[in-house]
Amino acid sequence: MTRVPGRVPAMEDVAGWGRHPVTRGRVERPEDLSLPEDGEPLVPRGLGRAYGDAALPAAPGGLVLESTRADRIRSFEPATGRLHCEAGLSLAEVLRLFVPRGWFPPVTPGTKFVTVGACVACDVHGKNHHRDGSFGNYVDRLTLRTASGRLVECGPDRERELFLATVGGMGLTGLIVDVTLRLRRIESPWIVLETQGVAGLDAMLEGLRLSATHWPYTVGWIDCLARGRDLGRGILMRGRHATQVEAGTRGRPRPALPLRVPFDAPEWLLNPLFMRWFNRLYAWSHGTALKRRIVSHDAFFYPLDAVGQWNRLYGRRGFLQYQCVLPRAAGPRPVAVLLERLAVAGAASFLAVIKDCGPASDAYLSFPIEGTTLALDLPNRGAVTEALVHDLNATVIEYGGRVYLAKDAVTRAEDFARMMPRLGEWRAVRDHWDPEHRFRSALSVRLFGDRA
Amino acid sequence: MNVAIVGATRGMGRALARRLAERGDALFLLGRDEAEMDLSARDLEARGAPASVGQARLDLGEPDGFAAALDAADRGLSRMDALVVTGGLFARQEELAADPARLAALLHGNFTGTVLLCQQAAERLAGRGGGLVCAFGSVAGDRARRGNYLYGASKAGLAAFLDGLDLAYRGRGVRVLCVKPGFVRTSMTDGLPVPPFAGEPEAVARRVVAAMDAGCHQVYVPGAWRVVMLLIRALPRAVLRRVQF
Repeated sequence: MTRVPGRVPAMEDVAGWGRHPVTRGRVERPEDLSLPEDGEPLVPRGLGRAYGDAALPAAPGGLVLESTRADRIRSFEPATGRLHCEAGLSLAEVLRLFVPRGWFPPVTPGTKFVTVGACVACDVHGKNHHRDGSFGNYVDRLTLRTASGRLVECGPDRERELFLATVGGMGLTGLIVDVTLRLRRIESPWIVLETQGVAGLDAMLEGLRLSATHWPYTVGWIDCLARGRDLGRGILMRGRHATQVEAGTRGRPRPALPLRVPFDAPEWLLNPLFMRWFNRLYAWSHGTALKRRIVSHDAFFYPLDAVGQWNRLYGRRGFLQYQCVLPRAAGPRPVAVLLERLAVAGAASFLAVIKDCGPASDAYLSFPIEGTTLALDLPNRGAVTEALVHDLNATVIEYGGRVYLAKDAVTRAEDFARMMPRLGEWRAVRDHWDPEHRFRSALSVRLFGDRA
Repeated sequence: MNVAIVGATRGMGRALARRLAERGDALFLLGRDEAEMDLSARDLEARGAPASVGQARLDLGEPDGFAAALDAADRGLSRMDALVVTGGLFARQEELAADPARLAALLHGNFTGTVLLCQQAAERLAGRGGGLVCAFGSVAGDRARRGNYLYGASKAGLAAFLDGLDLAYRGRGVRVLCVKPGFVRTSMTDGLPVPPFAGEPEAVARRVVAAMDAGCHQVYVPGAWRVVMLLIRALPRAVLRRVQF
């Protein structure tokens, strides 16, 4: 037991990566991931990279249990790449320790500063979703501390319903204590990267589709301030792990210089004019020609991690990140509708990320479904921005799409229920294991009607 | 190096053991909680410790067990050539002031136990040509404060002992390092107000390993505390009386 008797965690500001909303909470960082004995409700938290309110306490002053000090490796099998670790281990540590040995996370989101437990709880996806699916596909076993304090093991072949409710379950089924996952073999720490400028949305979607057959990693950056004929203009990127021969005499990638945003940017910085020119410059710097080069895995997967606390660029009011996925069956039209709406509102910021997703997972609340996903930052301007999200959500619902809870802060309960056909099954499993909803968050109050 | 380490399951000890393991030092864990040591041993092995990481029970409050624990470390490491004591007890001033039994246990473990263990280890290492003894003091031992002089006293005594141990044994090949952490964010300091210059355990580990390699007799971590403590030690008593410090 690491809890020091008589010592209560200090009250501190708690927010997601978008820095909106912000609340107060008592953050505990135990090394052993035990639960307080008094049965107090709590929200599990990792490195705080979810953008919205997923890891915020249900009520101001509530208990937050941060897992980052539970970061021990339990075992690693060099023959198979099976890694058994505590939930607070970060992907950054996994990469630091295992890339030199020829292993890579099977799925990685756009930041490496996430815990393995959070990767499970959000069922994160990456640039390889079209081919490899989401994080949960590579998890063989989870240990969960359930509301009663009991440890329960689950996996695809044991307590399967609990497993399917926990993968993508936003930490609401119990505290993920340890995870067994399968890493992927790589030949070198380098990535073969091809980039190509594309003129519009159709070309982008076609480019993603064609690249998908031969490239494990694909993604597009879209200038979401471009309108009309230029709608969807952007850069297509595709990559794969370089072979030993391709890596040649390159050794290990050198760690980047530690850059940080030292203070909150002023509000006026991210004005539409500045963003328009930034986007143009970014597009121009890549040109339209097909370019091939070899880059480090950090540069390819985690470009934003190179700038510490980049979220400060959006100023003190923070930002909302909006990510949705639209089913392939709906065709390219809804994607165009969303982009058009954003361009008209002039509300989106730098660049939007576009990516094609493969088949959905069996996990009840897993976000990705086969289709196209779009992610972008919306600087927080209060009610206007929230209204825009609801407006975008209406389109997403109309075409059978959904939003990603790891990014979301404002979606309404009734809208979310219309997006997720298996919500009822998830609720039933959660109620079975945690009838009192001891594991609750600002998000679960907002979306699932939990008591604050 | 073949390192026996007390307190490697948590906080700074955990970070330090990891750093040693990742560069290929052989490790042997000493501590009270065998289940915890088991988990940490597997972690260190996965991170690159060259051989299987062994463990034995050691309680700084029970000096009778020290010889057996050091024997076990010697066997587990073939031959131990460094002992690192990061473990210790901590409690806030008001907790210690209110509970004499707790205060006695803290003084006994942090001072008496650690001194007896390091003295024994130094003698053992000197007898076979040398080695390293490293123990964790605290900046709290550098100058008494009304806010934590009880804990501080245990660490001040330890620092004086380590200072002398270094003088006495360096000629016989035993280097002695006293680590003086300032405020470091670990579970030990959770819930306490965070002062300026607070450090992270990983940064502490980097600096301590560098100091071990360089043969220093003392190192402040994070480094800024060296200057801070220089100033605080220079403060006239009249000032200390007046400020809430």
